[in-house]
Amino acid sequence: MKKHHLARNEKLTRFALLLIAFSAVTILAVITIFIFVDGTPIMFRHGVKKFLFGLDWYPTEQSFGLLPMITGSLMVTLGALILGVPFGLACAVFLTEFSSKRLRRVIKPVIELLAGIPSVVYGFMGVVILVPFIRDTLGGPGLSVLAASIILGIMILPTIISISIDSLLAVPSTYRDGSIAMGATRWQTVRMVMLPAARSGIIASIILGMGRAIGETMAVIMIAGNAISIPNSILAPVRTLTSNIALEMGYASGEHREALFATGVILFVIIMILNTLANITSAKRARKK
Amino acid sequence: MSDTVSMGSKSVAIAVNDFSHYLGSEQMLNKLNLEVFHNEILAIIGPSASGKTTFLRSLNRLNDLLPGSRVEGRITIDGQDIYGPEVSVVELRRRLGMVFATPVALPRSIYENVIFGNRMAGTRDRRHLDEIVRESLEQVGLWTEVCDRLDSSALKLSGGQQQRLCIARILALRPEFILLDEPTSGLDPISTMKIENSLDHLKKDYTIILVTNNTKQAARVADRTAFFLSGELIEIGPTDKIFTAPDNVKTNDYVSGRFG
Amino acid sequence: MYLNPRIEQKIVRTVLWLFTFITVAILVFIIVFILRKGLPVVTWEFLSRNPIDMGKSGGIFSTVIGTVALTLMALLVATPLGVGTAIYLAEYTSENRITRIIRFGAECLAGIPSIIFGLFGFILFVTKLGFGWSILSGGLTLAFMILPTIIRTSEEAIRAVPASFRQVSFSLGSTKWQTVSRVVLPSALPGIVTGVILSIGRSIGETAAVIFTAGSVLRLPSSVFSSSRTMAVHFYILAREGISMSMAYGTAAVLVVSILVINLATYYLMEKFIRRYS
Repeated sequence: MKKHHLARNEKLTRFALLLIAFSAVTILAVITIFIFVDGTPIMFRHGVKKFLFGLDWYPTEQSFGLLPMITGSLMVTLGALILGVPFGLACAVFLTEFSSKRLRRVIKPVIELLAGIPSVVYGFMGVVILVPFIRDTLGGPGLSVLAASIILGIMILPTIISISIDSLLAVPSTYRDGSIAMGATRWQTVRMVMLPAARSGIIASIILGMGRAIGETMAVIMIAGNAISIPNSILAPVRTLTSNIALEMGYASGEHREALFATGVILFVIIMILNTLANITSAKRARKK
Repeated sequence: MSDTVSMGSKSVAIAVNDFSHYLGSEQMLNKLNLEVFHNEILAIIGPSASGKTTFLRSLNRLNDLLPGSRVEGRITIDGQDIYGPEVSVVELRRRLGMVFATPVALPRSIYENVIFGNRMAGTRDRRHLDEIVRESLEQVGLWTEVCDRLDSSALKLSGGQQQRLCIARILALRPEFILLDEPTSGLDPISTMKIENSLDHLKKDYTIILVTNNTKQAARVADRTAFFLSGELIEIGPTDKIFTAPDNVKTNDYVSGRFG
Repeated sequence: MYLNPRIEQKIVRTVLWLFTFITVAILVFIIVFILRKGLPVVTWEFLSRNPIDMGKSGGIFSTVIGTVALTLMALLVATPLGVGTAIYLAEYTSENRITRIIRFGAECLAGIPSIIFGLFGFILFVTKLGFGWSILSGGLTLAFMILPTIIRTSEEAIRAVPASFRQVSFSLGSTKWQTVSRVVLPSALPGIVTGVILSIGRSIGETAAVIFTAGSVLRLPSSVFSSSRTMAVHFYILAREGISMSMAYGTAAVLVVSILVINLATYYLMEKFIRRYS
């Protein structure tokens, strides 16, 4: 008789844990549903094309063109990648191939610290130091694509660095040893053997960094200028999709609010695509092994 | 293929009938037939991957934990099929205590290690637990060495002491059988000797099955010896016979060192 | 242009070192800058008095309480869910389609930007469920944000517990739940705590999700249904509205110091945890 109790309790525990384990999936589903339910109707009402390609965002006059913001997001993200990827990869390569293990053990936590600094602090640093600097040396209002790109570039460094380090470390040491044994220098080995071998992990890290940059809100609001127009130079101010939502949520109502939800939908879709891409590239790496 | 000479007045404790074990599609044990007698020390020898450990783990159903594990045939202890549906695996494992090759002291005090199984079984009375700790440690000759530091971490003990602690841990549950899987393989000669000596004392109260890679240990310690090869029982009999005049040619080759 | 490989390597090494140095220097600069300008502002009064005059003077006490309340609420919800998920994935099942779905869900959740969480929290908690701008809304939203981190670190910690521990536990007559709760979880605790501490760090700095769910009321919160302002939100408002630079620096300093302490605690725990099993 005791055995039946035991078996039943075990089954219950397992079932309860299974339910708990589905919480993440459930939450994801709920988020997706709510965002889409509240955000898509207006897009169809006014026309999806107008939302995606319209140049004019005048919510009070029923004009909901998001193109300036979409371009804004893409431009600052691209800028962030242009600045962040070289630095990030350089750090990763340096720390894995050209430094002692001890140095890496010291510097890696420092880089993780970079990841822990709140985005508002980054934005603040941008406002207080970077923006005036750009304004004084390069002209323009300072609040610009350039400022946003630099700060975002710094913010995505930890992502790119740590994942790239992991990818490089995961390359079998036989690859490296074989190359060195054939007389190649460390750098030649890195360039011709290690980097190609770690390629999918590095690409995944870049895609993830891209996702972070596109999704960043607070820092961008503080330094990008938030002008609703397609920037004509990197010194021009810009508004991103995220800033659009954050700036106007406070006082939006009715259709205006719905339009902001729609902005959220577009952002959500872009992020989901990027995340899936990142997953596929990592999966490719896993499968290769 | 089995030798079922009953040793004087000893009775059968475990009966294995046509027992086979599968892991997924791979067969690990093939139609084993043997008996284990009460209060004997039975050694199981054979080269690696011969199924010795798998067999031992079939006795306390530890193999159930492996995904894809499947059995055929029967193992009965005191007449009851241990794979029967009404059998409580948890209680079975208390009756057959197992000691592993590497001493695994849990990250707890010596005291808490010894009575770990008792706590799981629900025993709570502090005085009773104290008694159990003392008795069990005495039986393995550890009491005098550690009685003044029962609350210190078990991880601080030496390898030999930890292994004796593991034996004490199963004795605390008052099992009927002691299953040992290469218990001295990682230990120094002195600890090995201490443990072999305690086995000799313990067989008075327990039935002991000892898997060992070390044929000399089997010769030193065991009443009977069984020789496994590739998941099959090749021969079983009194230790003297197995080591001096075995019936089977393969047994002879193994014990004389021709392979293994 | 063909360069002698050795010279090429020397140049490359220097460039790489430079880039790394710049990266580290940026971080150090940020921290030093904030601390230099902000620490002088952080007195006991600063920490213990409430903001006066929209934050132009006084202290940040109510925001500290707001931050603590929100973080606590988030942990209370996310930790059981996260650890439970990790236990299920590591102990109660092998890799199959269900586990792939669960992992996919957690990974996607991890990739969602905070503004979307803010939007979602606003739609569901503040509006549809009627909690309004409150610690409850903010805490629940934050909980969903930190859930993936807790799942990931807990699962790693649980898997790191040696298989031999489980074997021994089972062989001594334990049930599965006894083994999990009395042997595996206690051993995995340092790793799990590390994940929790990491999540605390994330919650403290979170702004976008919080501002739209917990609001920005400066008053000391009286219940979970009160709206409340966190330090990060307060800092944002101070900086953006230009209310008081010194107060802003002070708040930033408190934020940065908290993050430093948290990262150090995490690092220390990880070392201790790793050392135990090597």
